[in-house]
Amino acid sequence: MARNSKIPAVRKQSRTTRAQPKRRVVVLVATRKGAWLYHGDAASKTWRADGPHFLGHVISHLMLDPRDRRTLLAAAKTGHLGPTVFRSTDLGRSWKEAARPPAFAKVADGTAGRAVDHTFWLTPGPASEPDVWYAGTSPQGLFRSTDGGVTWEPFSIINDDPQFREWMGTVQDGTPDGPKLHSIIVDPRDPAHMYIAMSGGGVHESMDGGQTWKTLLKGLDVVEGFGFDASKPTFHDPHCVRICPSDPERLYQQNHCGIYRLDRPSDTWLRIGKNMPKRVGDIGFPMVVHPRDADSAWVFPMDGTSVWPRTSPDGKPAVYGTRNGGKTWQRLDAGLPEKQAWWTVKRQAMTADAANPVGLYFGTTSGELWMSRDAERRWACIAQHLPEIYAVEAAEL
Amino acid sequence: MKVLIPSALRSYTEHGEAEASGATLAAVLADLDRLYPGIRFRMIDEQERIRRHIRIFVNGGQVRELSQPLATNDEVVIVQALSGG
Repeated sequence: MARNSKIPAVRKQSRTTRAQPKRRVVVLVATRKGAWLYHGDAASKTWRADGPHFLGHVISHLMLDPRDRRTLLAAAKTGHLGPTVFRSTDLGRSWKEAARPPAFAKVADGTAGRAVDHTFWLTPGPASEPDVWYAGTSPQGLFRSTDGGVTWEPFSIINDDPQFREWMGTVQDGTPDGPKLHSIIVDPRDPAHMYIAMSGGGVHESMDGGQTWKTLLKGLDVVEGFGFDASKPTFHDPHCVRICPSDPERLYQQNHCGIYRLDRPSDTWLRIGKNMPKRVGDIGFPMVVHPRDADSAWVFPMDGTSVWPRTSPDGKPAVYGTRNGGKTWQRLDAGLPEKQAWWTVKRQAMTADAANPVGLYFGTTSGELWMSRDAERRWACIAQHLPEIYAVEAAEL
Repeated sequence: MKVLIPSALRSYTEHGEAEASGATLAAVLADLDRLYPGIRFRMIDEQERIRRHIRIFVNGGQVRELSQPLATNDEVVIVQALSGG
């Protein structure tokens, strides 16, 4: 695929960029029962808990707007009530509900229309579009706000296009808590260049601001094999796709079927997970990229055998990191339990900050929040006994 | 008419009881949303369906259609389904 001529040339002189001055980090934790903010000290050694916010609400994602470092959006629902989005412009001191949360278009009476079960993914727009946000929902839908998250409208052709609807399948085709649209990526060089992923439904790219989309599936294995047509998005389950901030021509993906890397303008994913230790495998949910080094990335492998337990292989949790684009991987488990820790980390529940050295964070479904502040060398537990952690984001204030 | 509000929705109304008017359940819910913006979407989805874990009773009987006619002295009770965890 030829690169869009509108996209400025990439900084090709290096795959790395310089670190910015150190800022205080806040870790945003979204859980099945509420949200917490963990404020770090200047050295990110001690953490002050701020929460719970929205106790009892299912918070799928909590994001800080990197353009103002004050505005928070929380994707919320409860066990009984419908979905909504809450917004804070004072870093969580006060919250106001979106006036019009993401919702599908009303269909004609007598036809079966879709309803948003929950907003799953929030992506702030680029710096050049300060009030733009994107949201991905379950079932799969793509929405956009142009007023900072106050009102939301269906975005692009995806939600109602018959071909996309076929690829999305039904609730039974998706993940256990509902099929999802996620990994909404806006190219930092060109807001019209976007990627989205769907579980299920594959990876898609738009060069024209969502008016048209192309599948981006070459090289990806399909679920269970069985001779399925790998060109059909229906059979693909990308778990998490990330673009490298230091080199937007490079993407990494943790897929149901392994770990992949894509270097544009190529449209063929390379399964770099084959270089992982065989006893560990390359199955998991999250994918984390380095803020300044496109050769560095991290994953949290989980057991994908038999009935897909999706827990740390052999009960020995570890992050695996690469410093060479996936050619080799290093096990990073210092400080983590050495045995009998059957952890699951969801796709949004692992992230990196932009500090130097980079801090890594992950949260488990058993409610533990861990970080490594010293460039992967040792892990420390920030918090435990939280509800099931759905998402972890690290933002700089 | 009197509308009894479940605990999950009192972040909107601040009280367990609200006053709303309308000739149908749809109209009453629209009036509630006018008074307490956002409350309706938490109960009724974008396809005009009562959400899965919301139940609405009028004078003790469960109502499943938003077109249900109402009289001014009817009592509307909104409850969360008996599920949780």
